[in-house]
Amino acid sequence: METPNPPLIDCDVHAVLPVFEALLPYLPAYWREQVEQTAFKGPVDPWYPPGLPTAARASTLPADGSPAASRVGLVQAGVLDAAPHPSFAILNSDCAVESLHNPDAAATVAQALNDWIASEWLAKDGRLRASIVVASQFPELAVREIERRADDPRFVQVLLPVRSEAPYGSRNFRPVFAAAASHGLPVALHYGGSPGNPPTPVGWPSFHVEDYAGVTGVFQTQLISIIAGGVFDEHPALRLVLAEGGFAWLASMLWRFDKNWKGLRREIPWVKRPPSDYVREHVRVTTAPSDAPEDPAQFASAVAQLGSDEILLYASDYPHDHGDTFAAGGWDTVPAGVRRKMMSDNPRSLYRL
Amino acid sequence: MSKATTAATLVDCDIHNAITPAAVARHLPERWRQYHAQFGRRITPGDFYPKATPMASRTDSWPPGGGPPGSDLAFMRKQLLDAWPIEFGILNTLITIRNQYRDYDAAMATAANACQIAEWLAPEPRLRASLLVPFEDSELAVAEIRRHAGDKRFVQVLIPSRTSEPLGRRKYWPIFAAAAESGLPIGIHFGGWSGGHPISGAGWPTYYIEYHTGMNQTFQAHLISLICEGVFEEFPKLKVVFIEGGVAWIPPVLWRLDRSWRQLKAETPRLRQLPSEYFREHFWLTTQPIEEPPEPGQFLEMVAHLDMDDRLLFSTDYPHWDFDSPDSALPSVLPAGLRQKVRRDNARALYGFA
Repeated sequence: METPNPPLIDCDVHAVLPVFEALLPYLPAYWREQVEQTAFKGPVDPWYPPGLPTAARASTLPADGSPAASRVGLVQAGVLDAAPHPSFAILNSDCAVESLHNPDAAATVAQALNDWIASEWLAKDGRLRASIVVASQFPELAVREIERRADDPRFVQVLLPVRSEAPYGSRNFRPVFAAAASHGLPVALHYGGSPGNPPTPVGWPSFHVEDYAGVTGVFQTQLISIIAGGVFDEHPALRLVLAEGGFAWLASMLWRFDKNWKGLRREIPWVKRPPSDYVREHVRVTTAPSDAPEDPAQFASAVAQLGSDEILLYASDYPHDHGDTFAAGGWDTVPAGVRRKMMSDNPRSLYRL
Repeated sequence: MSKATTAATLVDCDIHNAITPAAVARHLPERWRQYHAQFGRRITPGDFYPKATPMASRTDSWPPGGGPPGSDLAFMRKQLLDAWPIEFGILNTLITIRNQYRDYDAAMATAANACQIAEWLAPEPRLRASLLVPFEDSELAVAEIRRHAGDKRFVQVLIPSRTSEPLGRRKYWPIFAAAAESGLPIGIHFGGWSGGHPISGAGWPTYYIEYHTGMNQTFQAHLISLICEGVFEEFPKLKVVFIEGGVAWIPPVLWRLDRSWRQLKAETPRLRQLPSEYFREHFWLTTQPIEEPPEPGQFLEMVAHLDMDDRLLFSTDYPHWDFDSPDSALPSVLPAGLRQKVRRDNARALYGFA
């Protein structure tokens, strides 16, 4: 992929917490004692496969055996100082905060993770920006964490795991969107999450590939819910980012949603325009994984069907490996103007960089 | 309005006949009539999203002689079978075969199938039906399939898309074995009642429009599960029809699944070919509610991406509110040859209509 002249922004890079103990310096005394003396050793995520082939490209694995992307030097070498040389990279972190049932534990871990990112990443490289991790299952506590970070311009958006116990357009999540909107922060829904309910409407699947390939259904649920719930009608300046969920599913979902809106809109009278209008104005989608077909002509039409050159945001998704190296060729089939916008104009405008 | 003046050129692959409680009762043994009256269906709660219209039906579909939409064969003839050039129509009755007590499920399925024979299939030769089975108990479901073996008026086995587990799981395999042995496709129809899970992978939505717009998600989970579990290696002759799940969401799922599987295939060593190859060999899709892109050319792009011209089956979903009309649902840009396949030929080939 060519390097555009204007500043390029990588909208999804992972800052990986190597072990929960790395957060101990950022925990208050009470929670340090809990970790030292009780069975609480941080959130537990037994659902995510331990040796997952997609979790890290071979080239990202440090020689010392530590996890990929687990300290700032690794991301500097692998992303910031490497082609295509982004001017900025947005860090997304998680440690299954949403799996904690104790609200104080969840809020404290989220706060500690953000402090760790601020001290050990953002303070060490001016090209880094980060998403605010929140206890997404406790909206009131999530709002408090947003308020705590909102004055730090290095935190550029609010991060929610795409999987949740209830769709984010439900009324009880509204304060989170209100807080983000009041500070001009986009809200990003990112692949993953361990809320405890199954990832499909028919229960827990046998294989990780079912969860991974099928997660587009969860992204669809969230997008439909947020639009139908009137979140964008309440917060006209709010922007929503869908990260690491692909984009090829979006166009056909909007065909169905627009048609249903014509037939069913009196149920949601505040939604006064076709849902696709809301998406083009408010929603941005990262490019990794591309999810588009290998056939170059089909790839080009999948991008064209989005109906706007302002939707896509370039992302490397470092250090993950989605095996979509063919996408590099696929992007050559889309117009240069679309590529320039997704790699530079769209993220700069979104994050005001 | 009669369009039956020309030759019958249409097969409608999704018609909903209503089997009322009184109609079921005519075919239920006394013990189950009493159970039905005293204890009822006991559907898991949380599933009730008020539909756009009463009974989710067209306002003009209420029979003048009384009863709910789809309950009166004479009126169905007038409004659907005689109004359009329908050669065959497939009944998918949506009576609940998903309670908590499996013997009761089995009794309801047996009674409803008996009712379909006596009150629908016998009097109307254009109608065929999907066989109702107690799908959450394979042994009982297989017994119902065997009971009707050889009755060509039942053309497939019906499973609603809301199941307790992803359909590739082994607990459902005896149903697939019996269906494949009898040459019956498995028809998976949108909806049903919760198998214990919310309607989405992120909990219960707020509005019916979310429930309805997300209809593809149960199908997506089943598509992935049936393929990844190796069902089509185990049952190479099995055919699956997605009914009322939409069409346009399929190509992106296949793109994503193929790419994901290439990376993760150590998990599913039984698969010998790409997931999309299993899909194109074993699946059929009904058209309603057909997606409507803003530009008709995009519909043709989607059809080309799908690459399943022989597998699309026209359906109206009569008498429901989102009925797709035979004369206007398929976009005008669809080439005549493909239109004919979708409207009739593909269904005739799949279901063996001579």
